[in-house]
Amino acid sequence: MDDKLKIGDVRLDSRLFVGTGKFADYKLIPEVIKASGTQVVTVALRRVDFDIPKENMLEYLSPDVIMMPNTSGARNAEEAVKIARIARAASGSNWVKIEVISDQKYLLPDNFETIKASEILTKEGFVVLPYMSPDLMAAKRMADVGVAAIMPLGAPIGTNRGLKTRELVKVLIAEIDLPIIIDAGIGRPSEAAEAMEMGCAAVLVNTAIATADDPVLMAKAFEQAVEGGRKAYLAGPGVTADLAKASSPLTGFLRNE
Amino acid sequence: MKASIMSFYDEIVNLQSVDTEAVLDSVTTSQIARVLDKPELGYEDYLALLSPAAANMMEEIAQRAHKVTIRHFGRCILLYTPLYLADFCVNYCIYCGFNASNQIQRRKLSLPEVELEAQEIAKTGLKHILILTGESRQHSPVSYIKDCVSILRKYFSSISIEIYPLSENEYAEFIAAGVDGLTIYQEVYDEQIYGKLHPKGPKRDYPFRLEAPERAGHAGVRTINIGPLLGLGSWPREVFLAGMHAAYLQKKFPDVEVSVSFPRMRPQRGNYEPEYPVSDIQLVQSLLALRLFLPRVGITMSTRESATLRENLIPLAVTKMSAGSSTVVGGHTDSIDGIGQFEISDDRTVDQMRQVITGHGYKPILKDWHDLT
Repeated sequence: MDDKLKIGDVRLDSRLFVGTGKFADYKLIPEVIKASGTQVVTVALRRVDFDIPKENMLEYLSPDVIMMPNTSGARNAEEAVKIARIARAASGSNWVKIEVISDQKYLLPDNFETIKASEILTKEGFVVLPYMSPDLMAAKRMADVGVAAIMPLGAPIGTNRGLKTRELVKVLIAEIDLPIIIDAGIGRPSEAAEAMEMGCAAVLVNTAIATADDPVLMAKAFEQAVEGGRKAYLAGPGVTADLAKASSPLTGFLRNE
Repeated sequence: MKASIMSFYDEIVNLQSVDTEAVLDSVTTSQIARVLDKPELGYEDYLALLSPAAANMMEEIAQRAHKVTIRHFGRCILLYTPLYLADFCVNYCIYCGFNASNQIQRRKLSLPEVELEAQEIAKTGLKHILILTGESRQHSPVSYIKDCVSILRKYFSSISIEIYPLSENEYAEFIAAGVDGLTIYQEVYDEQIYGKLHPKGPKRDYPFRLEAPERAGHAGVRTINIGPLLGLGSWPREVFLAGMHAAYLQKKFPDVEVSVSFPRMRPQRGNYEPEYPVSDIQLVQSLLALRLFLPRVGITMSTRESATLRENLIPLAVTKMSAGSSTVVGGHTDSIDGIGQFEISDDRTVDQMRQVITGHGYKPILKDWHDLT
């Protein structure tokens, strides 16, 4: 069965995107990428050191993965646009994950500024994947300006709290005609599987892999969870009964005559 | 940005009336156990973590602080170094080596000297730099420091200033010139002690210094680092007020990355003996309490502390460290001898610090911002 994830013109086999922040050792990153089977890796431009090859994250990425720079550190649309342009010039990749955060306490994204940045960058030919708070109207605006996917948060960045925004994400899956990719909050493979089962197109995982005791093994675990969750979604899970069969039926008095 | 009517000065006037000693004495270990069970801490919990009762539960507190730090920052330590531009000073802080009444040879780097220092530091790979001057508008005017910034931008991706407090417009000028961070220490939050330790000079103005981070925040600075100079006042009180200051800034300026330092008094010229010396245990208790109170706040540890202590602090809440530091004007280039503001305790090079951090299973970060101006 052909079950590819379509982002812009690209078709991907893997539905797990991986973030590169918070790793104790960049040398782990190639192994994590391999173990996770990922084809899309996001990198914060703010951390890329172009002067020292050993410190340059881009040196650790194999050419067969898509590099998706992110605009971490941007506090408004203008900064996000600047970062995206610098990142494209430096990396040659025209993918960008827009991340506009003007709240350093909870790290919640600013949907309004994200829409503005999305509009500018899609016009400049970027493949735009905006990180956002799951709000239907904001997602519609982003879709209108031509983004390639919508990336709602499951829970605030780095909290590993799982899919707290489940009900709002369901609305996006139902109403938005683009891949919905959970970005942030996924702390365990089981939560990644849950997101995939409910119909998310992919998940992006960083903290949960980077801060695991064995990041490579955790990357593998996420690969399997995402695959499992996707298969379950495609298979169509059986209906679960919310109530046990009542012992005193309320309609027992009705008889076929 | 929505301006709040209350400045932190208004808030601290209320906070100063809290009898911290009495609260701290009343805290029990079971209360600390409850605090450690909470997902989010209030300011009463923060104060409780500074109590003698909490000191008996340091291991449990440390374990939690370690986890919280890794979750939010990963196993990463950002490295930076200070660059002293000038040591002329018009203040009379009785604890400081640059005190105006100290008869020392003072100097200010010329712009070519700044460039040489920058080249020397850049060789270490560092991209974050903190520039300092003594407090003298006459010797180190805004225009001079801005000229230095324009040189330093060629070598560094992030430039912070630690200079005399400025007006909002002056902060905006610096930001436009390429400065992204402000470091300013209140030195001592207790206003009475502050008055005694700053007998004359412009630094006597307690509120003007206290509100400097707010002016920089309004001007649009990206990062703000604050802190008390431990040893000048009662430590739990100072640490409590500094934490409240950080919480205030986080709330008022949600887009600013707020960091806190807890520098301890070091031996320096003038031989001021700190009246409230702070032990290693008390320092660590302070760092851990702050981490649990404000999980996302940066915690900076300078080379004032010993190599051994700094190493032990790597997994304990710290997120930024200085390295390869000199507190002497011109101290990064070999040719210049001079007198520092205070003695460095950890004199390892940037390379050595990188190896030490890596050896502890952490990643030394040299670059965490890309200049967009």
